[in-house]
Amino acid sequence: MKAFLILEDGHVFEGKSVGSTEEIISEIVFNTSMTGYLEVLTDPSYAGQAVCMTYPLIGNYGICFEDMEADRPWQSGFIAREIATLASNFRNQETLVDFLVTNHITGIEGIDTRALTKILREKGTMRGMITTNENYSLEEVIPKLKAYEIGDVVRLTTCKEIEHYPGDGYKVAVIDLGAKKNIIRELTNRGCEVTVYPSYTKAETILADQPDGIMLTNGPGDPKTNVEVIEEIKKLFATKIPIFAICLGHQLLALANGADTEKMKYGHRGANHPVKDMKTGKVYISTQNHGYVVKESTIDRDIAEVSFINVNDGTVEGVHYLGKNVQTVQFHPEACAGPHDTNYLFDEFMNMMEVSK
Amino acid sequence: MPKNPNIKKVVVIGSGPIVIGQAAEFDYAGTQACRALKEEGIYVILINSNPATIMTDKNIADQVYIEPLTPEIVKKVIVQEKPDSILPTLGGQAALNIAMELEESGFLRQHNVRLIGTSAKTIKKAEDRDEFKKTMEKIGEPIAPSKVVTNVEDGLEFVKTIGYPAVLRPAYTLGGSGGGIAANEEEFVEILENGLRLSRVGQVLVERCIAGWKEIEYEVMRDANGTGICVCNMENLDPVGVHTGDSIVVAPSQTLADKEYQMLRSSALNIISELNITGGCNVQFALHPTSFEYCVIEVNPRVSRSSALASKATGYPIAKVSAKIALGYHLDEIKNAITGKTYASFEPALDYCVVKIPRLPFDKFIKASRKLTTQMKATGEVMSICTNFEGALMKAIRSLEQHVNSLFYENLDELPTEEIHEELNRVDDRRIFVIAEAIRRGITLREIHEITKIDLWFLDKIENIVKMEKRLAEEPMTKELMKEAKRLEFPDEVIAQITGRTKEEIHDKRLEYGIIPAYKMVDTCAAEFEASTPYYYSCYDGESEVDATRTRKKVLVLGSGPIRIGQGIEFDYCSVHSTWTLSECGYETIIVNNNPETVSTDFDIADKLYFEPLTAEDVEAIVNLEKPDGAVVQFGGQTAIKLTEDLLKMGVPIFGTSAENVDAAEDRELFDEILEQCCIPRAAGKTVFTCEEALEAANELGYPVLVRPSYVLGGQGMQIAINDEDIVEFMEIINRTVQEHPILVDKYLMGKEVEVDAVCDGEDILIPGIMEHVERAGIHSGDSISVYPARSLSPKIIRVLEDYTKKLATSLHVIGLINIQFIVYQDEVYVIEVNPRSSRTVPYISKVTGIPIVDLASKVIIGEKIRDLGYTPGLQKESEYFAVKMPVFSFEKLRGAEISLGPEMKSTGECLGIAKDFNEALYKAFLGNGVDLPKHKKMVLTVKDSDKLEAVEIGRRFAALGYEIYSTRRTCKTLNEHGVPAKYINKVEKESPNLLDLILSHEIDLVIDTPAQGIEKSKDGFIIRRHAIETGVTVLTSLDTANALLTSLEKADKEHLTLVDICKL
Repeated sequence: MKAFLILEDGHVFEGKSVGSTEEIISEIVFNTSMTGYLEVLTDPSYAGQAVCMTYPLIGNYGICFEDMEADRPWQSGFIAREIATLASNFRNQETLVDFLVTNHITGIEGIDTRALTKILREKGTMRGMITTNENYSLEEVIPKLKAYEIGDVVRLTTCKEIEHYPGDGYKVAVIDLGAKKNIIRELTNRGCEVTVYPSYTKAETILADQPDGIMLTNGPGDPKTNVEVIEEIKKLFATKIPIFAICLGHQLLALANGADTEKMKYGHRGANHPVKDMKTGKVYISTQNHGYVVKESTIDRDIAEVSFINVNDGTVEGVHYLGKNVQTVQFHPEACAGPHDTNYLFDEFMNMMEVSK
Repeated sequence: MPKNPNIKKVVVIGSGPIVIGQAAEFDYAGTQACRALKEEGIYVILINSNPATIMTDKNIADQVYIEPLTPEIVKKVIVQEKPDSILPTLGGQAALNIAMELEESGFLRQHNVRLIGTSAKTIKKAEDRDEFKKTMEKIGEPIAPSKVVTNVEDGLEFVKTIGYPAVLRPAYTLGGSGGGIAANEEEFVEILENGLRLSRVGQVLVERCIAGWKEIEYEVMRDANGTGICVCNMENLDPVGVHTGDSIVVAPSQTLADKEYQMLRSSALNIISELNITGGCNVQFALHPTSFEYCVIEVNPRVSRSSALASKATGYPIAKVSAKIALGYHLDEIKNAITGKTYASFEPALDYCVVKIPRLPFDKFIKASRKLTTQMKATGEVMSICTNFEGALMKAIRSLEQHVNSLFYENLDELPTEEIHEELNRVDDRRIFVIAEAIRRGITLREIHEITKIDLWFLDKIENIVKMEKRLAEEPMTKELMKEAKRLEFPDEVIAQITGRTKEEIHDKRLEYGIIPAYKMVDTCAAEFEASTPYYYSCYDGESEVDATRTRKKVLVLGSGPIRIGQGIEFDYCSVHSTWTLSECGYETIIVNNNPETVSTDFDIADKLYFEPLTAEDVEAIVNLEKPDGAVVQFGGQTAIKLTEDLLKMGVPIFGTSAENVDAAEDRELFDEILEQCCIPRAAGKTVFTCEEALEAANELGYPVLVRPSYVLGGQGMQIAINDEDIVEFMEIINRTVQEHPILVDKYLMGKEVEVDAVCDGEDILIPGIMEHVERAGIHSGDSISVYPARSLSPKIIRVLEDYTKKLATSLHVIGLINIQFIVYQDEVYVIEVNPRSSRTVPYISKVTGIPIVDLASKVIIGEKIRDLGYTPGLQKESEYFAVKMPVFSFEKLRGAEISLGPEMKSTGECLGIAKDFNEALYKAFLGNGVDLPKHKKMVLTVKDSDKLEAVEIGRRFAALGYEIYSTRRTCKTLNEHGVPAKYINKVEKESPNLLDLILSHEIDLVIDTPAQGIEKSKDGFIIRRHAIETGVTVLTSLDTANALLTSLEKADKEHLTLVDICKL
């Protein structure tokens, strides 16, 4: 069946429908990872977005359920050039096409993904629609697209109740802002006893459990919409408990400390982003997935310093809070998909908890 | 950290002659690195014995020594030039070995020269099998159970613990030279003995066989600050067991999930960090197909063939970045030249699929075993880029120029299914076609996978191509079907064959449907950032990104495709120089080529690069888009010349010699007419098509005769026939491929061969010099030792040669380059052949005379005159230096290949010897070719009957040098009768001790064995020559070569070799 991707600037791509045929409207973004489409599909940070994979051959190794970053895919839509009909890998359990169908994800394949990427690069992230309706009318569709807002997707993706993972190591409170499973795996692999709290949990509840450390996770959407969460984070920050924050968590902590965030033209989404450790000058390749960024000029130098920058565009990739045991990064040390180069940051988090004990 | 200010003067070591396993990729890497160093203001001194390279040009380095790559010569250069640093990581294994020797002997320390690029400790840890194993064990990186052995007994002892099959890898050798997989004790001992001999340090690694696992490579970079990145990973379609140089390779990996991808990436970074590598490095893995188990196969702490491929596949210039790292820069201080915005400290993201296919030399070596093993056999490779795997594979296949443009191969369709099934077990260069045929016969993918171990994903894609063949055969043609066939890169010609139409019909129908390719950019970043470098590939499923500029006049330069015997790196030299010159003259330059190893496909050589197959259809699409003002074909070898007619049909003017005149030189009758007009004699000859005609012609002319197809390269299929039987056999071989042009049968004259390259502007000619061959006519010019200036020609003959060259060039209306081969026979000059294009000797003659003839020819073809370019027409003044070009062979890599020389070219590369004294030049040329004698002062001399008397003199002279000579019955008798001491040794078929035992004693320096002419009936000579070659003994099959070697050994002052800086000529 034919499918169409309509962008808010009037561009239309004709392709083939894959997965669900349900019409969807979402933000359209691109991801440059060459592997890890399943991790991308199931990363809650993509809630409210349809992702265009720039690598043209997707689905080659099928679906290995254990690689999922959440219990279900969170993308609104999936865009690829060519999705493999035969999946080949020893862990493969089903094809990507079947996975999209089962999970009701609307997809489109057979389009010029590079041309789409160039449009998004030049014009910035746009809203779009995937539809199988051949008789669409641009006059009707475009106003709908312009009206689309992602909304409170953190509320949507966070866990519905407190989850507990036993361990005999440090007691870590994870504030789930739309967490990828691997963050929790990295902690439990290090023996931590992990409690995962829904994003709207009050600071008092968390502190009452007396954690050794607090982990703020990744998550979707515009950080500034999380007004209430930011208020709770301020309270957590005021304690002496070590905090490690990733992605949205990093942005919310910055907002909690008076800094500002802004929307990027087309964001960083991929597994090849160089981040430089400002102390050692060493560069690490990181996985990234963010459309907003902390504005460097708004960071209060008396409170914090930039610990990592992006080598490509110089944007803030990490903040260290002076005199505090608080480390935040914009990129994803938990990888999945992507390089494990900055995995050591979880070890540093363990050290932070050790030191403050 | 910024550049280290203490590095000012650097010696760069090149890789020497092109041999299998060490080819053009090092010219590419070396050239790019030298340019990067000069960009930083470094004074560069280059040493490389290969004159056909671009890196040995005046404009690439400040001082260029085209001298033998031996530790002694490099030492001499260091003593004379006093550099502060030496960079060995760009010249392949050859350079690394020399650097190690200088470091280990303390020479570098003594002369205050630092090794930059990568430390000696690192090289040793990566290259020495034992050290490598220890290092891997230390950091917990798995390797296949193995043991380094230095003798056969230890090998046999160890193999008991791992069982057969077992893999053997000699330390410090080229392209896995001497390695292999042994299935039983007999094979084990044979490979091991050979490997011990070939290894510089007498070490061979015996390891558990992991054949059938996935073979995955990572190209990684690291700087002194510890930042490590992965430029690219690659997956071999052929599982472990086939050398990666002989495998079909795809980038990025296709069947690895992120878990496996990152596991191996982390491992690669872990390894280079432990080895403390600074620069580029290649790590090869074997990955178990059904688990996370993996083994590190090998680490190459330098740029390599794979790094060249990775550079072209991603746009990331590994050699350039490596050179900058060697100077002290950190990755985040080096700009990404493709985007101009980002930095070298990132990982390229591909948004296309890349396929590499090796170019194997079995068309030249019909008798050689086609089996692919861990010993590399390919002479070159092609790369293609497409948005899908099927398309990339189809494009790569037709880029090979092996008369195959789809998955249909010769007569496979005639074989019964059982045989196809059987053929699947055969691991050779035809396997991909056999798989396609198996799919057509209904053999299941699963079954094919069980036999070949090739991943199902690849087989599924091949099946997609087969399905399309079927659809085209069965369904009516529609726009959708055509579009899908083109998306999978079916050429018009193949669609025509399948649908029973003509190529023209399909072509026109396609255009009527509006189906034309789009061109996408290779930008290192999957379009995330705007890129400024116009490096393109085509696809049929997208919109075009090419900016068809129209500001300056445009010229299309057609490259020479994959490196093969007969068409080597020299044509890339010519293409690149022509591009540079035309650019200087104000043209916008566009290169089309498909060879990832070359300089011409570097992204900053031409204004635009199209990485595409060189077929008429592929070129036409580019022509329609770019609308060039002209095309240059005379520098791209036969690949480009072949496109001349098609370009004219497309309406593209050819710059330089016109198509009709190119034809006139190839067409026997037209050419004979011209010769007659000019009163130039040639050997009598006839054109024939059938065997009967050939026999008739041969008998009329009288044996011996030369038989060859017209329009071929490197004398392909050319043979000397001495009787009717030979004719029958040769004609059968030639006619295996359909001949569009007649076959030539000529009287064979055994005279002195002379070669001339000249530039002609339509009125005047310029001859930089006359070259004379050491070997008599009958040995291909590319396989002969060539001497400039000619030494044995009388002034009268020289005048005749100059006169004939001028007459031929002007009557053929040559504009640009012309190459003519003559025979001087009984004081008379005959023409053998005329090539109105650049030739193999062009780089060599340009360098030794200092006359840049490609630059001149490039200017001439756009209308300039020789006189206006500052040259006096005619034969130029002789140089005061002698320059000897020595052919270099790769016979030891090609099991079963016949090594005796004849009219068909067999050499893979060349090296140069240059000196004021002829004997020294000759000695250096032999030395550059690895002939470093004497060692044990024992030799074998056995010759055919007609050579016996000549052999006496040769024997006498070797004896005078202190050589102990061994000969078989008749040669021995003749030598003894003439007072030359020679020891009798049994022929191979006789009882031991015989000749074979003698050779395997590893004490023989040299074998001189002249085979009987025509088709040799005895297997004896063949066996001797093969064994000698495979055990690393120098073998000469022509007495002329033997004479030259003797002269050089007798007269050269080996202790006082001089150095010649080419830049000062």
